[in-house]
Amino acid sequence: MATAAKSDATRRDFLYIATGAVGAVAAASAVWPLIDQMNPDASTLALASIEFDLSPIEVGQMVTIKWRGLPVFVRNRTEAEVESAKTVPLDELRDPETDEARTKSGHENWLIMLASCTHLGCIPTANAGDYTVVSSNGNQGGWFCPCHGSHYDTAGRIRKGPAPKNLVVPPYAFLSDTTVQIG
Amino acid sequence: MIKAKTILMAIALAGLFSAPANASGTAGVEPKFSDWTFGGLFGTYDEHQLQRGFQVFREVCAACHSANLISFRNLSEEGGLNYSESQVKALAAEYTIADPASLDGERSGIPADRWPAPFATEQDARDANNGALPPDFSVLAKARTVQRPGLGWIMNYFIAYQEGGPDYVYNLMTNYAEAPHDVEIPAGQYYNAFFGGGIAMAPPLADGLVTYDDASVPMTTEQYAKDVSAFMMWMAEPHLIARKELGFKVLIILSAFAVLMYLTKRKLWSNVKH
Amino acid sequence: MALTHNSEKYDPKNPALKWFNDRLPLLSFGKEHFVDFPTPKNLNYWWTFGMILALCLGVQIVTGIILAMHFTPHVDLAFNSVEHIRRDVNWGRIIQGTHAVGASMFFFAVYVHIFRGLFYGSYKAPREVLWMLGVIIFLLMMATAFMGYVLPWGQMSFWAATVITNIFAAIPLVGEPILQWLRGGFAVDNATLNRFFSLHYLLPFVIAAVVMLHIWALHIPGNGNPTGVEPKDSHDTVPFTPYATIKDLFAVSVFLIPFAWFVFFAPDILGHPDNYIMANSQVTPPHIVPEWYFLPFYAILRAIDFNILFIDSKLGGVIFFAGSILILFFLPWLDVSKVRSGSFRPMFRIFFWVFVLDFLLLMYLGAQPAEGIYVTLAKVATAYYFLHFLVILPVVSRIETPKPLPTSISEAVLAKPA
Repeated sequence: MATAAKSDATRRDFLYIATGAVGAVAAASAVWPLIDQMNPDASTLALASIEFDLSPIEVGQMVTIKWRGLPVFVRNRTEAEVESAKTVPLDELRDPETDEARTKSGHENWLIMLASCTHLGCIPTANAGDYTVVSSNGNQGGWFCPCHGSHYDTAGRIRKGPAPKNLVVPPYAFLSDTTVQIG
Repeated sequence: MIKAKTILMAIALAGLFSAPANASGTAGVEPKFSDWTFGGLFGTYDEHQLQRGFQVFREVCAACHSANLISFRNLSEEGGLNYSESQVKALAAEYTIADPASLDGERSGIPADRWPAPFATEQDARDANNGALPPDFSVLAKARTVQRPGLGWIMNYFIAYQEGGPDYVYNLMTNYAEAPHDVEIPAGQYYNAFFGGGIAMAPPLADGLVTYDDASVPMTTEQYAKDVSAFMMWMAEPHLIARKELGFKVLIILSAFAVLMYLTKRKLWSNVKH
Repeated sequence: MALTHNSEKYDPKNPALKWFNDRLPLLSFGKEHFVDFPTPKNLNYWWTFGMILALCLGVQIVTGIILAMHFTPHVDLAFNSVEHIRRDVNWGRIIQGTHAVGASMFFFAVYVHIFRGLFYGSYKAPREVLWMLGVIIFLLMMATAFMGYVLPWGQMSFWAATVITNIFAAIPLVGEPILQWLRGGFAVDNATLNRFFSLHYLLPFVIAAVVMLHIWALHIPGNGNPTGVEPKDSHDTVPFTPYATIKDLFAVSVFLIPFAWFVFFAPDILGHPDNYIMANSQVTPPHIVPEWYFLPFYAILRAIDFNILFIDSKLGGVIFFAGSILILFFLPWLDVSKVRSGSFRPMFRIFFWVFVLDFLLLMYLGAQPAEGIYVTLAKVATAYYFLHFLVILPVVSRIETPKPLPTSISEAVLAKPA
């Protein structure tokens, strides 16, 4: 009699646990879509990676393109700018990073960076600031953030002002000599 | 009495899901109901059929009809045409897309672009088509339906009949004919027996009009109509397969839960006389 | 049986919980109303629809808040934004399908709930206010569902908005200004869409508030039950938790199966193909029909195609349309029978089922074109609808001889064949 009651109790407990477990799994699987729907949708993800044709950009020119809704600087640097960037000793930098680390080898003239000051997110002005290269064509390279006065050099590295970090280089790769894929 | 109640309830249930009558009036011939691969619970799209349908759409329909909600990238989505991403990229690049942000205001297409419309404005579309506006194809397959004869509409709820749209398109495509003597067709219109009179669209398909890569598929109006109808269903419901697959999982877990809940409830109430 | 607030005061053992509960007796409240609440032990499955309806409201609110994150209430963008949800948003097809099918499931459940109340006399004293709050919830649901249906901005959305707002134009003298005020223009347009979106978002929370009053009003006299005899002592009842909650949850899990069936396998079958055509103010679809759950009332609206004395046919239709629901407010005083449950009222019971059939007939007729035999049938069915409330119920409740009632729920339960 006692054994029968006990096994009955065990069976009942097992049933309750099984029911609770299945219910919990079902509820959890129902909750995930409700959370995941806030993630970027398929149309947004389709533009997460873009291809860009560099051929129209002459040496010394810069364009600002849109990638993932953000402005991105694409600059075809002059030799003087590259030289200026390469000769800076690393220990002078607030956020030490070589020019090579910020460009792709074989394409050192191309500088591709998010156009967002690492201080508070304003768009820096190009060919301005204390670290621009002065040539017969006027100021070349270098950026100055008008909001709070951050100065970036010709490799987009922070040199002076309140910003803590260099301008961010997004992930990108050269598909050919004139085409880059950003993202 | 329980029995009578049960029967009445069954009637009530059937009645509650009562169908709207004769949604898209087709005064003409009885529709033919095709056996779609994507019909029923287990149906899936046939990617070869969708690819053929896409070819018909691209070479014939797209000259007048837009499909504004379709992006090139959709063509490589799973459960649909299953083109590779590089195929879609190459296809998109064949098209020129208007983009004010580009140098010349236009550029070649990328997978994220929408399918380009054949006419820039609605007025252009009307001007080119005798005043009639060719409807957009994106969800057209769900905006049309055919009624099943008799009490078929009740069955529809139990077999989940969702193929009224492709059935409609198929019948429309295959029922162009000479107008009977007693039917007068206004100028600029064409007789369609399924439509039940004149229609502004000229017969779009003809045997041999589109050359399929697969020579084993007949190149007939009937086959084109079938393929393009399937493709239009895919355009309207591109994630049909994923939805059904998830549905099975959900139904299985819900049924298991319902059975367990029943046992739990029975166990719990076993000591209560009720 | 009456639930007084002093019965079995609950004191949490945990000192932290006790500290909290002494300051805000939320735990005592929950224990009293959702655990200990005495529930008649003979409730049948028709009584589980209250919980099912709570679930429906929850599902609609949760999925609705999500849809609002992706929807754009603008005449040029609304249609495409709904398609965007279906095509591109993660799980969008399922969430949108759940919301659309959910409306139908909600109405199905509310009709079962209402007809259960009609059969078992749930509107009778002392539950009149409970019943009337229920009718208010039903009206709010109709308004919410109607405005929600307008949001996808398809052809049916647009013409439903046009037709239903036009109902208000039937009001004498002030009808036309009210119509323009409702629409925010001379026709249904962007202003209408935007305000419907705002109100569609608001009303479910109003419904939730009235539902709380509904539950409050339920917890004063307690549940009715299939015998209609009030519980005498604790032998007649079981605690709400776990007995009623588990039984309700079982019913919910069964209810979810057809729900999922529609969402995953036939999400469009309860809708109308014309709503996949973007709204066009220049073209009316050949057959405009409301969603199935409005069909009976739509049939009544259309049935009045003649002037009644100085009331023109349009106003007449609107009066009957509104009256068909408002009459429910007076039901507790139209049916004067002292016996609650239809099970013990032989005549009432027959008329109840005739009324159910009449309601289903109206539903069927609402979907048919307004021509030929359908018009005549709709008039007869409408007349019977009102006859049921205004003549049959008052007369039957006075002349019928009810079957003998059990003295208690326990007696009725024991008398049941095993």
